[in-house]
Amino acid sequence: MPFYVSPEQQMRDKADYARKGVARGRSCVVLEYAGGILMVAPNSSSALHKISEIYDRIAFAAVGRYNEYENLRKAGVTYADITGYQFDRHDVTARGIANYYASNLGTIFTESPKPWEVEIVVAEVGTQPDDDQIYRITFDGSVTDEPGFVAFGGQADQVSAALKEHYSEGMSLSEAFAAALSALSAPGNGERTEFVASQLEVAILERARDHRTFRRIRAARLEELMAEARSASDAAEPDSAPEGSPPSSPSAPSAPRDSGPATGPDPSSSDRGTGLGGGSPL
Amino acid sequence: MGSYLDRSQSGPFAGDPRMSGRVPGAAGSPPAGFMNRQTSSFTDFLASHSPGLLPGGTVPAEVVQGTPGQAIRDLPHATTIVAAACDGGVVLAGDRRATAGSMIAKRDVEKVFRSDEFSAMGYAGTGSVGIEFVRLFQVELEHYEKMEGRSLSLEGKANRLAFMVRGNLGAAMQGLVVVPLFVGYDEDSGHGRIFSYDVAGGPYEESRFYSIGSGSLFARGALKKLYVDNMPPRDAVLACVQALYDAADDDSATGGPDLTRRIFPVVATVTAEGFRKLPEAEAEQVAQEVVQSRMIRPDGPSAPLLNS
Repeated sequence: MPFYVSPEQQMRDKADYARKGVARGRSCVVLEYAGGILMVAPNSSSALHKISEIYDRIAFAAVGRYNEYENLRKAGVTYADITGYQFDRHDVTARGIANYYASNLGTIFTESPKPWEVEIVVAEVGTQPDDDQIYRITFDGSVTDEPGFVAFGGQADQVSAALKEHYSEGMSLSEAFAAALSALSAPGNGERTEFVASQLEVAILERARDHRTFRRIRAARLEELMAEARSASDAAEPDSAPEGSPPSSPSAPSAPRDSGPATGPDPSSSDRGTGLGGGSPL
Repeated sequence: MGSYLDRSQSGPFAGDPRMSGRVPGAAGSPPAGFMNRQTSSFTDFLASHSPGLLPGGTVPAEVVQGTPGQAIRDLPHATTIVAAACDGGVVLAGDRRATAGSMIAKRDVEKVFRSDEFSAMGYAGTGSVGIEFVRLFQVELEHYEKMEGRSLSLEGKANRLAFMVRGNLGAAMQGLVVVPLFVGYDEDSGHGRIFSYDVAGGPYEESRFYSIGSGSLFARGALKKLYVDNMPPRDAVLACVQALYDAADDDSATGGPDLTRRIFPVVATVTAEGFRKLPEAEAEQVAQEVVQSRMIRPDGPSAPLLNS
């Protein structure tokens, strides 16, 4: 027997459903620092990424259902590559990609019986810090321009509040990473409050690089960055562990602390040239 | 792949429902186009989505029917490219001349390009189509890498280029010939490798050195006498520039080092450190060395008559 559901009720149900799906995971943060844009997501898989490269200066970060945002990621890469091929590499912008995602997610939300349970961020690093852009697109296709930083997915409100407390303009990479870590460890965002390197997916868009600016930070370089971030936050809170104490992470290697530049990954521990870690086969 | 030539162009973002794997209008289907792609190949996607954007894909029917007209013969053509494997890598070098019939169309054209971090390509033939080829191939490799999260194998890259060359066969038969030369560093074996093509595709792997283009016979003859197995990259660069000089010496369509305008061959190396194009100053220095030695012996260094 057919029954009537008012459009308002239908949309509300869909939105509730999608919102619950997105809130189920853990938050992800994207924030600007002096040398570019930093993206950090809790992710224990090293092969199934939440953060990816879209184009020369544009990256993608997502939370929610993997198959759905992976589909969006691939569509975004296609959109970017075809636009860049048709016109010029400079003509691919985060704004264009954000609009493309927004219109697709909007259509899916209204037309599909099941809305997509995803929330995505498109970030573009400019040649000047003022040109950096961060767009957040939600499951219903609404876009917001987020100046400076954004936390999304999971308990986004708590994480966002914590991030706001720690964020300031023009931070160094390790300061920004420390801010991201303390925001992600905010109460309410999952049970674990202390991260180890293998549970984090970290990537940056590095302003000073030519051509492809996206780099993943992992392995030794990530351990190093975590140690730097810890000593930075220890310095800020004098009553916690003394400075120079060894990193508490059990998997920290004995790599020398000063083996890389302070504001970027060294070539041995991050990706070389390819942006996707061509050195390590999946 | 081969059949896209006769398809009319669709709108740039129209999408082809047959290729997207979705039935248009089915309940719940997201917009067709870039979603649910079946392939990670950019070229294959273009062929189904916007075939008009493929190189050579928009040759007018009247051109395709007849024999190549004067107009096509007079398009700027790029000429000689040489490649030589060296110790731990490979060297690719090209002269700077483009010719239109018997005229010099351009003195400072570049025909050697980075295709990705560990490979490079050069082309000989119609300049405009060649430029499109290079752009498409660069996007193809990067696109695959972003979609799949890993780079193609070197053989995979060489095979992709072969399909693209074959896709241009129809246009090539009408005069819009482009033949690439592809080199790369094989991360598995730790060696540089060279792949050549003909208008119908390929690839043909070359073991030590190779050259393409109008001056290729002279360049290859010179390389044959200069090449030594496992020569250091610096020597291989010198050998390639010598070979280009010999090609320019005997082929009117190949340009030699232009000392007055300071235009010198483009030389690139691909090694474990990745692609590196020699900076202008370094390329000039190598070219100057070659020119200086030719001042004394215009035919270049002489090889021993018998192996010592």
